[in-house]
Amino acid sequence: MSVKTSPPPRARPQAAREHPSGDPRFNLIDRTLKRFSYQQDALIEVLHTAQETFGFLSDDLLIYVARQLKLPLSWVYGVATFYHFFTLKPQGKHTCIVCMGTACYVKRAAEIVAALQQAFHVEPGGTTADGLLSLSTARCLGSCGLAPVLVLDGEVLGRETPESTLERVRQLLLTERSEAAPSANGDAVHVTNGGIHEPI
Amino acid sequence: MNRSDLEALAQRELQRQQAFRCRILCCASTPCLSSGATAVYDAINAAIKEGELDAEVQAVSTGCMGPCSRGPMVTVQVKDEGEFIYEHVSPEVGRQLVTYHARSAASPAEELPEPLRTRLLPSDMPFFAKQKKVVLSNSGLIDPERLEDYVARGGYAALAHALREMTPEEVCREIINSGLRGRGGAGYPTGLKWDMVRKARGDKKYVIANGDEGDPGAYMDRTLMESDPHRVLEGMAIAGYAVGADQGYIYVRGEYPIAAKRLERAIRTAERRGLLGSRILDSNFNFRIDVRIGAGAFVCGEETALMASIMGRRGQPTPRPPYPAQSGLWGKPTLINNVETFGNIAPIIQNGAEWFASIGTAKSKGTKIFALAGKVATTGLIEVPMGITLREIVYDIGGGIPNDLAFKAAQTGGPSGGCIPAQYLDTPVDYESLKALGSIMGSGGLIIMDEHSCMVDVAKFFMEFCMDESCGKCVPCRVGTVQMHRLLERITDGSATLQDLETLKELCVMVKETSLCGLGQSAPNPVLSTIQYFLDEYEAHIRERRCPAGVCTLEKTPVTEWVHA
Repeated sequence: MSVKTSPPPRARPQAAREHPSGDPRFNLIDRTLKRFSYQQDALIEVLHTAQETFGFLSDDLLIYVARQLKLPLSWVYGVATFYHFFTLKPQGKHTCIVCMGTACYVKRAAEIVAALQQAFHVEPGGTTADGLLSLSTARCLGSCGLAPVLVLDGEVLGRETPESTLERVRQLLLTERSEAAPSANGDAVHVTNGGIHEPI
Repeated sequence: MNRSDLEALAQRELQRQQAFRCRILCCASTPCLSSGATAVYDAINAAIKEGELDAEVQAVSTGCMGPCSRGPMVTVQVKDEGEFIYEHVSPEVGRQLVTYHARSAASPAEELPEPLRTRLLPSDMPFFAKQKKVVLSNSGLIDPERLEDYVARGGYAALAHALREMTPEEVCREIINSGLRGRGGAGYPTGLKWDMVRKARGDKKYVIANGDEGDPGAYMDRTLMESDPHRVLEGMAIAGYAVGADQGYIYVRGEYPIAAKRLERAIRTAERRGLLGSRILDSNFNFRIDVRIGAGAFVCGEETALMASIMGRRGQPTPRPPYPAQSGLWGKPTLINNVETFGNIAPIIQNGAEWFASIGTAKSKGTKIFALAGKVATTGLIEVPMGITLREIVYDIGGGIPNDLAFKAAQTGGPSGGCIPAQYLDTPVDYESLKALGSIMGSGGLIIMDEHSCMVDVAKFFMEFCMDESCGKCVPCRVGTVQMHRLLERITDGSATLQDLETLKELCVMVKETSLCGLGQSAPNPVLSTIQYFLDEYEAHIRERRCPAGVCTLEKTPVTEWVHA
């Protein structure tokens, strides 16, 4: 199968309204599509935008991207499943990413994962049955000086222990269940989708 | 902008900086940010405002200063008095720093008021004294988001020099003479690669900076991109001029959003100033750079896989030859170098090949950045001259192993590298010596392990990594890594026999020899090197069903065996 760098196809300004769902979020995807003039090479960039906007890549989303870029759906699916960053399943309300890089591993990050797994009955890469907590592991967050590191709802937390992590996650879920606002941690960097957004 | 405009800009910025009596540099790279550097920076700015010190004190948010485990880091530069480096700065300490340094002439370190005294790092601390900063010379001293800061420290002068006074051939010759070798791990001579792309025929050529730093425990490239993005861009532009390319891509790992954002901003400012884009510095040279964000695949660090990813495809490697220098991105000649390699270019052009070749050993020139992590007192980012011994890195720069434990091994090169045991602590760190020990220089992750680390477990950890990250294209890697991991798992759970160890060794050699790309070819390295140096640990697991480090839980403990015997 060959994918050629085709000249930009005819612009489709009505694309957002064409989509049966009528979801305004598709406008964001269209903006990225336009920025790369509908080039098929921009598939990964478009998928990045799609995941940022929707949180995960649903079948509809993949079909939409495939049509817009005039790529076979199998090609888009192949790329979306190849990269770890893309997820095809909806994520829980809260996310906990435990770094399993070498430095964190040497400092026993595996015990943190095991503790979370046991306490909340969730496998790494999965979501709890009530949809509240997604647990995942990361390869290396590059904060090895603070190992072991985890990212809890966008906050990078360093020098964790299994106990302190369990306590934090329990607190988080507790406030969630009592429907209070989640407490903010002053010493935190805000992160979405496993990435780190700069606060300055 | 032309060359004299560039010099004028540098002069203006220098004068502006010299007008301040005191400059407070606050680290704003990822590790310090996660330790609360934002609040410190805000507190310092608030204190400057409250004390109406705007004219005398300047707060700057900078890149990485090095000792990441001691963050948030703050450096205070006082006119005529020198530099003061503080560790673990809280917002409250930040406020005190402002009031103290802005007003009084600094007293000797012993007489500093608390809590400043305990947080001041001694100026002769070996962590700083043993390093040699070439690539990171601006890191921690400039605001990565301001082009002026970079220009004031001599930035873009190398590009201006190359464009005006050197032919592309001369630039390649200079890089060949400097002896610079690729910093991504394999160590291929950079100049030769450039010359190959320069000579390759093609109407369009590309330059790629590989910033897909996938090795767990390595973050040199991220820090360079975050702390001094213009340095990388300048190196790429010089490369573009040398090989005749007009388009560059910088491939940044998806986990590094700050780096990507700062690079994008740096590209925009440089383009606005005429330092990138069309007619750079009023010459006929055009060069555009675009950022491409990875999506989390370790194999994309391999050059052919990385190019596939830039073209929006699955990041699977293709057999070489053809090498990227002949047929790379979209079939065009492509130069692909590591981000750190590009970081070396501007200093080489500026100071000359001879200066660069005077640093390091006979075959490995220059410096190398390492991410020092694991069981060592001060972890962080260091840049050392090639040929320094591991002992100096661990005990002088890193400050030794905490809790008086013994050094057991240093792991270099991540999942493609190996472990170096204590008896080789005095080996010089260069490409050849590390290779002779069965490890590799790698991209620069350096993880120190003490006696509480089980080497079989470490080998299993890296094998699991390679198993997960194998792209699945070639059989030896896809199937071999799974089988090797299974064997290692059996050794660590106590169900292995000595025959399994033999099978494991055999499989290692086979996967190494027959895999398609670097990932598979190097995946057995951690196993082979740990078997070479720590065979006794493997045998203890198998024969005695015991983990000497106490990490693995084996099904049968020696005690029960004793009872049954």
